[in-house]
Amino acid sequence: MESIFNIFIKSIFIDNMVFAYFFGMCSYIAVSKNVKTALGLGAAVTFVMFITVPLNYLIDEFLLQPGALAWISPKLADVDLSFLSFIVFIAVIASFVQLVEMIVERFSPSLYNSLGIFLPLIAVNCAIMGGSLFMQQREFLNVGEAASYGLGSGIGWWLAILMMAAIREKITYSNIPAPLRGPGIAFILTGLMGIAFMSFLGIQIN
Amino acid sequence: MSKGVEEKEPMFSLKNMKLLWGPLNRNNPVIVQILGICSALAVTAKLKPAFVMAVSVTVVTAFSNLIMSCLRKGIPNRIRIIVQLVVIATLVILVDQVLKAYVYDVSKQLSVFVGLIITNCIIMGRVEAFALGNKPWPSFLDGIGNGLGYGLILIVVAIVRELFGSGTLWGYQIIPQWLYEQGYVNNSLMLLPPMALIIVGVIIWIHRSKNRDLIEK
Repeated sequence: MESIFNIFIKSIFIDNMVFAYFFGMCSYIAVSKNVKTALGLGAAVTFVMFITVPLNYLIDEFLLQPGALAWISPKLADVDLSFLSFIVFIAVIASFVQLVEMIVERFSPSLYNSLGIFLPLIAVNCAIMGGSLFMQQREFLNVGEAASYGLGSGIGWWLAILMMAAIREKITYSNIPAPLRGPGIAFILTGLMGIAFMSFLGIQIN
Repeated sequence: MSKGVEEKEPMFSLKNMKLLWGPLNRNNPVIVQILGICSALAVTAKLKPAFVMAVSVTVVTAFSNLIMSCLRKGIPNRIRIIVQLVVIATLVILVDQVLKAYVYDVSKQLSVFVGLIITNCIIMGRVEAFALGNKPWPSFLDGIGNGLGYGLILIVVAIVRELFGSGTLWGYQIIPQWLYEQGYVNNSLMLLPPMALIIVGVIIWIHRSKNRDLIEK
């Protein structure tokens, strides 16, 4: 149990998707202009990651890894489908995003309208694909660990985009050198926030 | 595919060359359109992986543009995103297998970032914005141009980070030994992720001071 909690905390603060790996930067820079949309997008990303990372974990474990097909018949024990993982992962993510989009549209049209174009674009958010690829690389022991990694990474991304949106709302009143306005200052701010986040390095909860 | 080059204008007309060189400066995908930063910056601590990444992205962008431009009339609008993802993912798998076969050490360093080329917004963005509405040859050039524009930023960032962070370029020692004896110390902050962001911020700053019409109000 400790290990699951540890993975959760680590993926929020230490291996933060934005500050440590720059994942999801495109939508991070584009959508962080006000807090409300940032909140909605962050929630959607977190939800999608929480579902797709364990889903991809199961697919990887039982279909793609070298020898993973042994549960069907021993003859398939030396089949290695791992080269297919990119295309399978992105297919899972894209179809799940499509599903979420349909559900949100059906049951909460107001949320659907406020998220607008960003909802389908979650499919190509690098943070989500990155979460699945890191999950594959880290060889988690069970689906619980993968789920806590997905949830933690999603929350980490959510936290980052919320903080950025709050800061950018404030700095609209600041006197920034003209060429630095917009994305320029956003990059530098993210860098500084990343340095601040480094102070979490070494946190371990056992 | 066979009708690839059918336009009346010469293959390397001024308009086509503009597609190729525009993204290097005025239309740079990274610093002007703010696309494709996602997987880019993590590989720029050293020049060699950055260069390999730049080449891979250029290849994938160029060929996904070419293929989608050839297919553009046959794909229903509703399923185009899925088709794009399949085309891009297939190309990325090819690139990944080639890298694993020929430059295994770099492929190990790039780890998950090769896979993340699939979700690189430049590729999707160029297919959506250009290839779906243009003929194959201009789309191919546009893909190469945008790949090069992306690669340019990657390489500039990598040069700064490797030179000041480790004193080397492409693995070769650049900062002479006597400087270290005089007390020069490598700035290891350069090797940490946040510095890549700050360097890109500074590049945007310099670029927009030169092109003042890009400045946001």
